[in-house]
Amino acid sequence: MAVCAEVVLKPKKALRVPVYAPCIRPDDFAGLSEAEIGSLEVLKGNRKVRLAELFEVKGDAASKPEELTICLSGDFGKVRQVGFEMTSGRVVVEGDIGLLAGEHMRGGTIEIHGSAGSWLGSRMLGGTIIVHGSAGDYVGSSYRGAADGMRGGTIIIEGDVGSELGNHMRGGTIEVKGSVGLFPGIHLHDGAILIRGDCEGRPGAFMMGGKIIICGHVPSVLPGFSIIRISKSVKFGKEKIEGPFYTFVGDLTEGGGGRLHVSKERNSHLSHYESYL
Amino acid sequence: MAEKAPRALLIKNGIVFDPLNGIDGERMDIAVLNGRIVEDVPEKEAYVIDASGMMVMPGGVDIHAHIAGSEVNAGRLLRPEDHFKDVEPKTATARSGVGHSVPSTWTTGYRYARMGWTWVSNPSMPPLEARHTHEELDDTPIIDKATYPLLGDCWFVMEFLAAGMIEECAAYVAWMLWATKGYAVKLVNPGGLECWGFGGNVKSIDDVVPYFNITPREIIRGLAKVNHLLDLPHTIHIHTNRLGQPGNWEITVRTMDCVRDIPGTSSTGKRSIHVTHVQFSAFGGDDWASMCSMAAPIARYVNMHDHVTIDMGAVVPGDTTTMTADGPFQYGLYELTGNKWINHDVETETSSGIVPYHYRRKSLVNAVQWAIGLELALLIKDPWKGAFVTTDHPNGAPFTTYPRVIEWLMSVKAREKTLKRVNKRAIRRMVLPSIDREMTFYEIAILTRAGPAKALGLENKGHLGVGADADIAIYAIDPDRIDPGRDHRAVRRAFERAAWTIKEGRVVVKDGQVVSSPRGRTFWVHVELPDWTEEAIRSIGDAWTERYTVSFENYPIPKHYLARPYKVVRKARLEA
Repeated sequence: MAVCAEVVLKPKKALRVPVYAPCIRPDDFAGLSEAEIGSLEVLKGNRKVRLAELFEVKGDAASKPEELTICLSGDFGKVRQVGFEMTSGRVVVEGDIGLLAGEHMRGGTIEIHGSAGSWLGSRMLGGTIIVHGSAGDYVGSSYRGAADGMRGGTIIIEGDVGSELGNHMRGGTIEVKGSVGLFPGIHLHDGAILIRGDCEGRPGAFMMGGKIIICGHVPSVLPGFSIIRISKSVKFGKEKIEGPFYTFVGDLTEGGGGRLHVSKERNSHLSHYESYL
Repeated sequence: MAEKAPRALLIKNGIVFDPLNGIDGERMDIAVLNGRIVEDVPEKEAYVIDASGMMVMPGGVDIHAHIAGSEVNAGRLLRPEDHFKDVEPKTATARSGVGHSVPSTWTTGYRYARMGWTWVSNPSMPPLEARHTHEELDDTPIIDKATYPLLGDCWFVMEFLAAGMIEECAAYVAWMLWATKGYAVKLVNPGGLECWGFGGNVKSIDDVVPYFNITPREIIRGLAKVNHLLDLPHTIHIHTNRLGQPGNWEITVRTMDCVRDIPGTSSTGKRSIHVTHVQFSAFGGDDWASMCSMAAPIARYVNMHDHVTIDMGAVVPGDTTTMTADGPFQYGLYELTGNKWINHDVETETSSGIVPYHYRRKSLVNAVQWAIGLELALLIKDPWKGAFVTTDHPNGAPFTTYPRVIEWLMSVKAREKTLKRVNKRAIRRMVLPSIDREMTFYEIAILTRAGPAKALGLENKGHLGVGADADIAIYAIDPDRIDPGRDHRAVRRAFERAAWTIKEGRVVVKDGQVVSSPRGRTFWVHVELPDWTEEAIRSIGDAWTERYTVSFENYPIPKHYLARPYKVVRKARLEA
């Protein structure tokens, strides 16, 4: 058990139906007693139920959301939208968490010890999300079809991530310590993505701006990218990532000016690009 | 469904605005029997609505709103984010639905009814997609509908007109209206869409369309003559060439002028052309940097001539989806915005395109566009000519913004408030700040109901005279006590939420809530033709087989395809 604080939620029995619980956030819990928290409404499938019907609630909440920690203990893999639009405080998840965790989040911290579902931190504006396990697709992305992805804040994922990481991202930073699927940084407008592991392919498709750093292997770079130099190191926030990196500009098919940095050491098959320098 | 409706209905003490019968804010009762307005019903037997302190108008008539069809549906598919921000839950009487600028069919019907609108014309139906359009119209509840097939770039139409075979063309148009269950002749960028098939466009109404040896002027004049020959209820309904391009106002005036000498029909009288969403066709300047409002010369032309009606196509700042059959315009818009886009070619008939667009107050061009829409309505002296209230839904804004447009038309104060928040450089390029006209409820009733109904040749819509369809909107606002110029917000709120909407004598909305959802009718025009025309139409069969993916025999919509059709019969003025 990690360090846990004021309010603890535990599933009464394993959930089989998705539960939409945007109210599981310090802003809603602040100042409520155990019973009051238990009477908050969530959607189980298409039915409204009280939180206490699904979860054991322990502990009264502090009066200010920033002093509050919500601890989700057990399997929350079916629970969605936890920390929706939260502004402060902490949510600690000891197991897995479902889709849309930290959607439109504005501040505070979400720490997930297990894995996160897809759409983690989508449309996020601020705050921090730390995942010790892996995460699904569309991390820090926009709503399907929209062009307003993550605008601020930080997402750190220690495991692997699925496809379309940072779709339509417009600010903030995402760091992935494992590897990523297809299309990381698709439609990237601004902000920075650091991938310490490998990439399955097609990084930065349609990117207009911002920065993608890939320290691992990439099968190929899209034809819309043009090499501009070999960088010794690249800055990621305040950190200096040691290279050397092949630095590309793109996606030129969209008239974009983003920067894609790909490790030189791990990608000897890209050495033919050096002839264009 | 209709059995449950009370047979007799009495609306008591309402303040009635019925411009077609010259009633301007009189306190009177309206009696309804079996879905029609009658002189009187016995109060004991009737369902009585107490409308004292309320305003009674005929149900709203929308002359131009894209609510159904393949392009609307493609817009729905293109824009999941549009549904996400506007969700309507299911109620006891209404289905759930989604959509802000491209709402689902059921939601479209409910939202119109909630505003007190009971008729919507769906313009620009590619004839080939008629089945799809009618399927969606059948699923749009409450309101009555009609749809206009796109005929301005049809190969057969252009060929007949280029060969001077005006009577054969008329027969073909009548057959098309029958085959697609259409109501009026719609032209979109005539000639230009055919050029777009080769990546081009026309730049004036005298450019020649490649391979057809015909100019837009000849197409417009030809179809206006056809419209006269077929004696259709509406005039030709035209989306001008060069729409949405700076400096296009001249072509708009030329388009209106080119049919000045062509007579109208038995229901349109002198009128021979309806120019739609003129806001998009009233740009001045040479490029986007010098773009300015040219509503004034267009309004001057309309004021001086009696053969034109127009509608606004107003822009209301906000997020929306643009969709027209004007493929080249939509492609230009994509290049301008870089947004996601769809462009499409419909065999031998037309093209189409869709691009999401966000109108911003702080954008120079968008602010001028906002002003143009209002200027058109305010500068035209006779409201029977226009500019009828439309937003070219969803191109200028969703139809749910009509109450805002009405608010601006009725109040200088409301306009000044918005003017303070628009792009400052735009203000020098519009005439709106110098207009102090404030419309009355009577004029609003013309622009939103009576005028469009008259322009569409609807005998039983848009008025409350005896024999009219009992489509009635009652708004919770007392026109005697309120000063719309000052209290414009109350006007907007009243129009957003009708206190009662009555459709064919049945209460469909009460206090802004849908209480019942009957199926509306779909109007279409059947033109009686002389016998020789059958042979003429059949003679195109061989050419048809070469050009279409659908066989000539399978093309017409079957007889019982429409759920609740209403046939309007006309007799062609063709020689036997």
